[in-house]
Amino acid sequence: MRKVIMGNHALSYGAKLARARVISAYPITPQTQVVELLSEMCADKTLDAKFIKVESEHSAMASCIGASAAGARTFTATSAQGLALMHEMLHWASGGRHPVVLGNINRAMAPGWSIWADQNDSLSERDTGWMQFYCSSNQEVLDSVIQAFKVGEALMIPAMVILDAFALSHTYEVVEIPEQDKVDAFLPPFDPEIRLAPSDPHAFGGLTGPEHYFELRYKLQKDMEKAPALIEETGREYEKLFGRHLGLVDEYMCDDAELLFVTSGTAGYTANVAVDLLRDEGVKAGNLRMRVLRPFPFEAVRRIVGKAGKVAVVDRNISYGHHGIFYQEVKSALYGQANRPPLFGYITGLGGRDITHESFKEIAAHALAKDGADEEIVWIGVKR
Amino acid sequence: MKKDKKMTLTLPADELMSPGHLACQGCGATLAMRYMLKALGQKTVLCIPACCWAVIDGPYPYSCLDSPIYHCAFETAASTATGVKAGLEMTGDTETTVVAWAGDGGTFDIGIQALSGAAERNDDIIYVCYDNEAYMNTGIQRSSATPYGAWTTTTPVKHFKNRPKKDIVAIMAAHRIPYIATASVSHPEDFVKKMKKAKDIKGTRFFHVFAPCPTGWKSRPEDSVKLARMAVQNAYFPLFEIEDGEKVTLSLKLKEKKPIADYVRLQGRFRHLKDADIAAMQAEVDARWDRLLKSC
Amino acid sequence: MKEKRAKKIVYRSESEMPAMVISVGSQTHNLTGAWRNIRPEIDRAKCLKCGICWKFCPEPAIEIVDEWPVIDYDYCKGCGICAEECPAKCIVMAEERK
Repeated sequence: MRKVIMGNHALSYGAKLARARVISAYPITPQTQVVELLSEMCADKTLDAKFIKVESEHSAMASCIGASAAGARTFTATSAQGLALMHEMLHWASGGRHPVVLGNINRAMAPGWSIWADQNDSLSERDTGWMQFYCSSNQEVLDSVIQAFKVGEALMIPAMVILDAFALSHTYEVVEIPEQDKVDAFLPPFDPEIRLAPSDPHAFGGLTGPEHYFELRYKLQKDMEKAPALIEETGREYEKLFGRHLGLVDEYMCDDAELLFVTSGTAGYTANVAVDLLRDEGVKAGNLRMRVLRPFPFEAVRRIVGKAGKVAVVDRNISYGHHGIFYQEVKSALYGQANRPPLFGYITGLGGRDITHESFKEIAAHALAKDGADEEIVWIGVKR
Repeated sequence: MKKDKKMTLTLPADELMSPGHLACQGCGATLAMRYMLKALGQKTVLCIPACCWAVIDGPYPYSCLDSPIYHCAFETAASTATGVKAGLEMTGDTETTVVAWAGDGGTFDIGIQALSGAAERNDDIIYVCYDNEAYMNTGIQRSSATPYGAWTTTTPVKHFKNRPKKDIVAIMAAHRIPYIATASVSHPEDFVKKMKKAKDIKGTRFFHVFAPCPTGWKSRPEDSVKLARMAVQNAYFPLFEIEDGEKVTLSLKLKEKKPIADYVRLQGRFRHLKDADIAAMQAEVDARWDRLLKSC
Repeated sequence: MKEKRAKKIVYRSESEMPAMVISVGSQTHNLTGAWRNIRPEIDRAKCLKCGICWKFCPEPAIEIVDEWPVIDYDYCKGCGICAEECPAKCIVMAEERK
């Protein structure tokens, strides 16, 4: 069935089709429609789930963890300040190996109060041991929720499905809503081997000394290292059933790119338009959209970036005192590689400033005019 | 005593807590756990945040309880328990009792937001605060459950705590939850009776349990039960129930309310107090007791 | 109650450990009797069999065996609550025999 829905409702439909059993969430702009629709679905029993209307995001993630530990498939959604408040519990979910799925609407962090898009909220949680899926369309949002449960539960690692504030969260697009029985065939019920149950009592997460903690974290990393192959495999399985492919990265005209954009989120969609326009002008541009940041898709990035003429990494975020975060990550992935094309890092679109095809043309003009990066950070669109 | 006389046991015989745990000698919190599990039985899941019991249970990969435990974040006893209950129910287990088991710091201070949220929603959990009147696990720092006059490492003798203990029971009563009880490790039969009653009630049930701490109170380990009994008898920690936030019932009528001085003098944390300070404590206890009697 | 004097768990490598941070063994491997410097001794001649020592033991390290309270010295930490609470004063705290 095709429906015209907003990105936030794509998250709700994803959770519904995945048959989330416990949903615990707290409202925050621009996430509210996610939980409004889910609470309606729970109330009218079109979704057989318990919706816990908690008093904070911190409690939302805490109760998701409790429910997941008890063996229930669990979903929540938040944004920016709410995600930051959850920070402690994000570590708890991954360290405890609870495959919660969280929809995060990328929104700029205060102050000043901003409800508009940038990625500093989710990137501040980059090292919490969660998988991160950055979406560029509402269809991808819905599909990613279902896939995130599948991959997450196989590895017992939680996952964030991330979409830009307003550019996706409140934008209506045509979305194919998969049939429930097909989703059920793809995603069987969550049935963890070990759970909180009096019939098989364990103490979860007790005091862990230096003789054990290290190994537990080694195991988390080893399982995270299995994620790239599993995400690809899950994407192929999904494609067979539903006809849509999603993998670690999305390549657009990368093969012969003299100038390769590296993008994420909705800017990654806009970049495709810019690539077409640049190609019309005779510039062989391409776009590598990174759908997954954690686990980092080393193989794909090295392979695709390595064959480009020049590379322009576009960041809607910044690590103050360093650089854009995708830029850092791509740069570090190329260290020691034989093919290291000139790499440029651009910061743009902070706090919801539009990133348009004109922004990409400006980026292209800058990168094409230089032989190498002579300034670490290039700001696009800042008034100075 | 004659060989053939039977032992008198006033509590259920089943032990769901095993020895070998890491509690200090004479720990009141440990007694409280033992009694609670005797009342609730094995089909119980505990959510334990940072508190002495996070350590008492034993380190990974061990536990001293026969029931499952989720060791949760400091401020999340209530919210984790809410999630566990929802998760169990949605996977077909509607019988297991879910308990949030937290110290006074995790209840009165850092966990009060989550507790208030769960109580307002009337989530189907039993919340037990075992109160040893300071952050004992981190080394005796004051909490908002620390009484007026007490020394702690953050309220040194020259600046002892000069504010009264927060009235957590009144706060919980204001949430109009179905059941609230106070209990003391000196009165285990009363504790077990109330816990069994609470088990059969749906909604949020709150227990405030008095649990002496010889390490933090600078009292003798053998005095723990005695101190708890004195606190009941001098009305420092009266035993009562509140149903639906309104109906107050005294569990134990005091024929003669003992003075607080004897109780205070057995504890090193109060050693610096002058008679006038103890009189101030006594006045506060009297006022609270009067309010309680009037509310019955 | 879990099996007493349980074995210690030894993980030789991460591959033996479950992914989740869970307990798989009993804390009874930890013989806390070693903490004790005074030991309770019950005088059966004076014992009323009231069960109060059993009731107030925080370990618990007092079991009922053949209708008598019996102290398990592998676990008794020597807190002295049993002696303090005994109405018959039949428990004395004696110097620990090393």
